[in-house]
Amino acid sequence: MSWVNYLIYAFLAVSLTFNTLGSIALHRFPDVYTRLHGATKCTTFGTIFAVLAVVTHALYRLHVTGDSKYLQMALHSFVALIALLLTNPVGAHAIAKAARLSGYRPAKAVVDAYEEKLGGGKE
Amino acid sequence: MIEQVFFYAALVVMVAGFISVLRVILGPSVPDRVVGVDTLNTIVVAAMILLGAAYDREIYIDIAIVYALLSYVGTLAIARYLQGGLS
Repeated sequence: MSWVNYLIYAFLAVSLTFNTLGSIALHRFPDVYTRLHGATKCTTFGTIFAVLAVVTHALYRLHVTGDSKYLQMALHSFVALIALLLTNPVGAHAIAKAARLSGYRPAKAVVDAYEEKLGGGKE
Repeated sequence: MIEQVFFYAALVVMVAGFISVLRVILGPSVPDRVVGVDTLNTIVVAAMILLGAAYDREIYIDIAIVYALLSYVGTLAIARYLQGGLS
């Protein structure tokens, strides 16, 4: 009983720390690309640990009570994690490419290789 | 008892969601607001899963799956519109 509770507390502590750091990173970085970097990485990692806490709780309840709705809870939260892990980097890449193509440059960049690829020197 | 822990964890995650809503409100450019909305979507999915564990209802987690896929489609549509039209 007790060590499962401590395991869930540890997972929830990591999850809340990284989700809060990811939303604070939106306010501490200078431009779009660094904000996207900090926010996407930190919230994805935090959501992995939130789902791990829920899966641990549901599997322990399944072991204690034998009710099959806890198995359904564990499997569906795992499916939600898979969907989020597959779609979150693709969305971040689409936002970054759209921001660069619509003319927002990185704030303090020295080398901009994508501008040379675009046929560069127009700006 | 452990359900109350999940409820307070969902509350803290929602506070992080309000911090990212601030970026949506005062973002200086349009891609900044899109980044804020994308972060808010991930945080809302995490909060829905934690609330499903807190209230002991597994239907909330199914809604979290559908919300994750729909927010992905919305982000792709906004990004496609930003880079020069939906055609």
